[in-house]
Amino acid sequence: MTLREIADLLDATVLMGKNHLDIEVQTAFAADLMSDVLAFAKPGSIMITGLTNPQIVRIASIVDNSAILLVRGKIPPEDTLHLAEELEIPVLSTRYILFETSGRLYANGIVGCVRKIEGPESVVPL
Amino acid sequence: MSETCEISFPIEGDRFEDAGKVSVEVKKILKTFDIPNDILRRAAIATYESEINVISYAIRGTVNLRVTDDRILIDVEDIGPGISDIEQAMQQGYSTANDRIREMGFGAGMGLFNIKNCSDTFEILSEEWKGTHLKIVINR
Repeated sequence: MTLREIADLLDATVLMGKNHLDIEVQTAFAADLMSDVLAFAKPGSIMITGLTNPQIVRIASIVDNSAILLVRGKIPPEDTLHLAEELEIPVLSTRYILFETSGRLYANGIVGCVRKIEGPESVVPL
Repeated sequence: MSETCEISFPIEGDRFEDAGKVSVEVKKILKTFDIPNDILRRAAIATYESEINVISYAIRGTVNLRVTDDRILIDVEDIGPGISDIEQAMQQGYSTANDRIREMGFGAGMGLFNIKNCSDTFEILSEEWKGTHLKIVINR
């Protein structure tokens, strides 16, 4: 799907990157934990999150996310949007919750950028 | 730009608003070299994880980036509490992060593990109440 189609599907507002809506997206990674985005997100995937601090933009730039999709109607502070403009990361915001957002995208052909995390049986915080 | 370089970046502890600035800069510099995208990305991720660690735990630190003909060397040295049990700190999910770090979306205990994953060789030296030194090497 293109970012434009994603915006239409989720009734999302394009907060940054109106000129980049033709970018094609095939995979996604959804998390409110940036540590996990850094560890597991793949290049080209769209980051779906409810966090709005500037770090989400720097992380998107570092892991090569195609765009950031904010859920639950979150609107980021100005400095986040300035950074997104500078680093050329499109930012969209939808009122759908994370679960609904992910489900609607999945139903339209977007899949996870990884299916499962390989490794130890469980990761238990000590 | 020449095919090699050496440059240092200071990091101040506790300045969460700055988190990622050095890594974005490092990635920008590496982009000027003839380095494949996946390698650029690994170097930037390893730098980011190191940077957030310095901000989260140390008083201050330095990222020293060196690009040679065949390798990217990222040395991160900090002055801070150090790590008492490195083996434990390397485990996925182990974290001593406080609420402030977690509110920002960090402190999941993935950092050092992720750095190791992104590196071709990774060495960690630490002395309690002195500091920590990460030596990250990624082949070009």
